[in-house]
Amino acid sequence: MSETVKHDAILKKIFLFYYDGFKSMTWGRKVWIIIIIKLFIMFAVLRIFFFQDFLGSRFDTDREKSNYVTDELIKRNSHD
Amino acid sequence: MIEQIDYTLVDWSRAQFALTAMYHWLFVPLTLGLSFIMAIMESIYIKTGDPHWKKITKFWMTLFGINFAIGIATGLILEFEFGTNWSNYSWFVGDIFGAPLAVEGIMAFFLESTFVAVMFFGWNKVGKKFHLASTWLVAVGANLSALWILVANAWMQNPVGMRFNPDTARNEMMDFWSVLFSPTAINKFLHTVASGYVLAAVFVIGISAWFMLKKREMILAKRSMLVASVFGLIMGAFLFMTGDESAREIARVQPMKFAAMEGLYDGQRNAPLVAIGLFARPTEPENPDQNKFLVKIEIPNMLSYMAFLDPHAFVPGIQDLVNGNEKENILSYDEKIDRGKIAIQTLRDYKQALKDNNQIKSDALRAQFDDQAFLDHYFRYFGYGYYNEPSDLIPNVPVSFYSFHIMVILGVHFMILFLVILILLFKNTLHLKRWILYVALFTIPLVYLASMAGWMLAEFGRQPWVIQDLLPTIAAVSRIDSSAVQITFWLFAVLFTALLIAEVKIMATQIKKGPKTEGGN
Repeated sequence: MSETVKHDAILKKIFLFYYDGFKSMTWGRKVWIIIIIKLFIMFAVLRIFFFQDFLGSRFDTDREKSNYVTDELIKRNSHD
Repeated sequence: MIEQIDYTLVDWSRAQFALTAMYHWLFVPLTLGLSFIMAIMESIYIKTGDPHWKKITKFWMTLFGINFAIGIATGLILEFEFGTNWSNYSWFVGDIFGAPLAVEGIMAFFLESTFVAVMFFGWNKVGKKFHLASTWLVAVGANLSALWILVANAWMQNPVGMRFNPDTARNEMMDFWSVLFSPTAINKFLHTVASGYVLAAVFVIGISAWFMLKKREMILAKRSMLVASVFGLIMGAFLFMTGDESAREIARVQPMKFAAMEGLYDGQRNAPLVAIGLFARPTEPENPDQNKFLVKIEIPNMLSYMAFLDPHAFVPGIQDLVNGNEKENILSYDEKIDRGKIAIQTLRDYKQALKDNNQIKSDALRAQFDDQAFLDHYFRYFGYGYYNEPSDLIPNVPVSFYSFHIMVILGVHFMILFLVILILLFKNTLHLKRWILYVALFTIPLVYLASMAGWMLAEFGRQPWVIQDLLPTIAAVSRIDSSAVQITFWLFAVLFTALLIAEVKIMATQIKKGPKTEGGN
């Protein structure tokens, strides 16, 4: 029982450490807004709509992926 | 059937990767260097107990925090691009990248994210020594994170410690330690982080000079300049040492890059180093691609010495590397192209034998990929087999030459600046020399230029290779629509420019406010 109480107290302390820290950041609020917008654009827009895993979205198994890449490696050539 | 890949796609994919990498690199070096400068300042505070040092540390910590927060995760976009635009490459490198980047992820997460919070929020909440330890651990963690991605980049410049598996079309790591401790990796890491230290020193000196010009925060300015100029001088000397070592390594493993960065077309013994030079426009109709110098200042024998520590050594030029030089035991590019084509044909035959269920033939061909003689004489030139014209394998000489020389000339300028600042600080006359303060302020953009020039040399100079001699850009790029790459190029250009403007604006506001504001958190 006392172990659980001790554990909860530590978690509360860590939470308050971060909470007070973020609360007291004056310049930080603007930066946090920028970070959130940036991460949203990166992961919710760019990653989903523009940067799908080329091999992962076309093939299910490693065998299919390696066959495809091998074909690419042995068929390609420069313009000349 | 041989298929050609659209060069527009290759060029846009390269441009997009370059754009995102360069924007990412705008944020990284300041984090690497400023973290150590802050740690030194805080150590002085703990040692002396002088509250001025605490105020100074917290001020620079604020600027560090802005740069760190805005730059965070910009590098992840490069990983998106690997999977989408460079999927053949991503597959081909196999687990070589996986292991270092996984270690980087774990280190960055545990070391940086934990101790960054203590560093920012822990003033007056944790013990002074624990706080100081956290600041040092942030610095060490940030630099260790950089280690892994630089090891991966070094492997692309000098692929070692792996073996190609023709069954999976992937490279498999055979020796982790030779990947980690290859001379290319060691030099790449040390030289790159040292450039970050010099950049941060110039940044601190430049901002402090602005305070002096405004006759504000004189204690902060003088003390910051003292720490930064000493740190900059030591790290600048280290930067030159590692740069010198890197040049020798380039001469050994990437002789074409070495020749291009010096604009050396015809190899020679007692080769002079072009200290300063300007290319003329190519005028010879029979040699339209050869760039001749309009003017140049040379240091006799220096290039031979720089490359091989022997002033009389032969340094191969671009023509020697392209046409071969029997006397100096240099294979021609035509020969390398032929050997590369044999390696590709062996892989093609092996796959066909597997398809035909020809066990005897497939076993014999498979064995070639484990045969050291085949690996040394044919597979090591695999990438050359994608080309027919040796001229396609020459990097952009003026870009390589100018980026190398801009980097070195600016490096000398930084060292002189550190020395002059230090001398004037000791004479206590720096605040009277306003022109020096202006030079210090305007050196801030120059140090970023030098840092970018270093990367331009590293990456332009090794074209067309994504992985040296094994995989060129035309084989590494994904077969996707080039218009999609163009769209994301412009999206990134807008996103990163907005981030950069935001960073500069927020930072400028904090600098104008000075340390009296709630610096540090």
